[in-house]
Amino acid sequence: MKITNVQALKKIAVEVRKGIIEEVYSAQSGHPGGSLSIADILTVLYFNQMNIDEKKPQDSNRDRLVLSKGHAAPALYSVLAQKGYFDKDLLCTFRKIGSNLQGHPDMRKVVGVDMTTGSLGQGLSAAVGMAIASKMDSAGCRIYCILGDGEIEEGQIWEAVMAAGKNKLDNLCVVLDNNNLQIDGEIEKVGGMNNITEKFLSFGFNVLNIDGHNMDSIIDAFTTAKQTKGKPTIIIAKTIKGKGISFMENKAEWHGKAPSEEQYNKAMEELNNIMIEI
Amino acid sequence: MNIDKKIATRQSYGEELAKLGEENKKIVVLDADLSSATKTNIFAKEFPDRFINVGIAEQNLMGIAAGISTFGKIPYASTFAVFAAGRAYEQIRNSIAYPNLNVKICATHAGITVGEDGATHQMLEDIGLMRGLPNMTVMCTSDDIQTKWAVREISKIHGPVYLRLCRMATPIIYDISQEFEIGKGIQIGDGTDASIIATGVTVAEALKAQEMLKENNINVRVIDIHTIKPIDKELIIQCAQETKRIITVEDHSIIGGLGTAVCEILAEEYPKKVERMGVKDSFGRSGKAEELMSLYKIDSRAIVNKLIQEYE
Repeated sequence: MKITNVQALKKIAVEVRKGIIEEVYSAQSGHPGGSLSIADILTVLYFNQMNIDEKKPQDSNRDRLVLSKGHAAPALYSVLAQKGYFDKDLLCTFRKIGSNLQGHPDMRKVVGVDMTTGSLGQGLSAAVGMAIASKMDSAGCRIYCILGDGEIEEGQIWEAVMAAGKNKLDNLCVVLDNNNLQIDGEIEKVGGMNNITEKFLSFGFNVLNIDGHNMDSIIDAFTTAKQTKGKPTIIIAKTIKGKGISFMENKAEWHGKAPSEEQYNKAMEELNNIMIEI
Repeated sequence: MNIDKKIATRQSYGEELAKLGEENKKIVVLDADLSSATKTNIFAKEFPDRFINVGIAEQNLMGIAAGISTFGKIPYASTFAVFAAGRAYEQIRNSIAYPNLNVKICATHAGITVGEDGATHQMLEDIGLMRGLPNMTVMCTSDDIQTKWAVREISKIHGPVYLRLCRMATPIIYDISQEFEIGKGIQIGDGTDASIIATGVTVAEALKAQEMLKENNINVRVIDIHTIKPIDKELIIQCAQETKRIITVEDHSIIGGLGTAVCEILAEEYPKKVERMGVKDSFGRSGKAEELMSLYKIDSRAIVNKLIQEYE
């Protein structure tokens, strides 16, 4: 069932964020910053855009999502739990011994995870492979792939970008989580990545620049991507690392750090307040 | 063994892959700008819609193959061994072996028998690298008949496979009627003076040596280990029990390859001295394949010398 009401989507996104905080707090480990920055995008994908059925998670004609920035696993698990792929109570087992919710997504352990990821730079190639396979079968699947902006410093990304352009994969939609921060600081200073739009344009992509926290813009961008024929699309989503939790926003230190009890309570309080305001 | 009719295992691979592609529409072949050398161009010509050339981008080659396999297809990804197991090692590890995806990595130009291209292109560590990966089946075939069997057989088992192939043309060892099984070695002869355990191009060398040794009244058996993982433990232990010496020969580093695998088994199950013939912790160099096999002491002459001079 597709949710088209933006207010309803916003509420789900807050629930997804609460799940992320719950996971990272329970594990006392994990990556909240880059998970929070893609919460809105994932919510739109799973509740508004993707052709999926949580009751038929292995349906061969379903759309796929490859979370290439696999460290944002808390966001993926949270949205999958919200969607009903598995019980929300499992979120607090994240990263713990005996849990299927591994530190990075494992397609063999978690229902709804379409590709095992974690080592940066590898997911886009797999997504390209899926898009090619879908075209071979005329299966009509759309393949989504979420990249981090630090991740595109990996050389393999550009091998995959070249292949996506060459094969005119209009069933592939890449999302760049452009929060501008990587572990050691700002993207341009650490790795030197710049002119991202021009780079993708030159490889034959349709490039859309949006505010990655504006539900209407996100929906519009995915809709435009679906209508674009003959080339793959990349949505460069301007996002805020740690979005939704005041003390985490735009702080590189929250890339891979768990909140204390006090911080957890404050985060939950803030998210509850956002929920009331919607 | 027919030493007059030689064929490179990469050629056998390419020919059989095209035949398999005709019968099984799930087969998809990927290459990284080396299709005329890996011989996937035979498949490409027949089935252009199921052939993907990714260009000189081996990491992407493995990732695309992984993605394609999730749609129920059986991708065969080919390039030279050094670029497959070496350059794309971590892609194979994390995107193929860990999720246990049904990707067949068929790597040609393995070992010093690459010849003139020299050390950068002579992969001597791939068996060691691939053998260490959980879920991975590792094979190295010795002739045309066995290779054609393997190309077909690996499509029937689920999970990742690394099939090591060679550039150099080698004699046809087996009869068309020969039966093979993944994980089961093949014993040729029943001599008890020594077991010469070989894989890939060195099997023919071991067989030549076996003939030459007969004239010196030294009777050896040759063991063809086409599947290095899972390895035929029982056969290796049996050889250790029945023969005086255990000698391994491989076109690979003595670190991590067949010799190491044999040592691991015997150290635990039946402690016995193992003599490893192979490239001894060094890189290769340019030269003709035959010259290099002689220089690095993995040819029939080297095997004979080892047995005659050191025969106890």
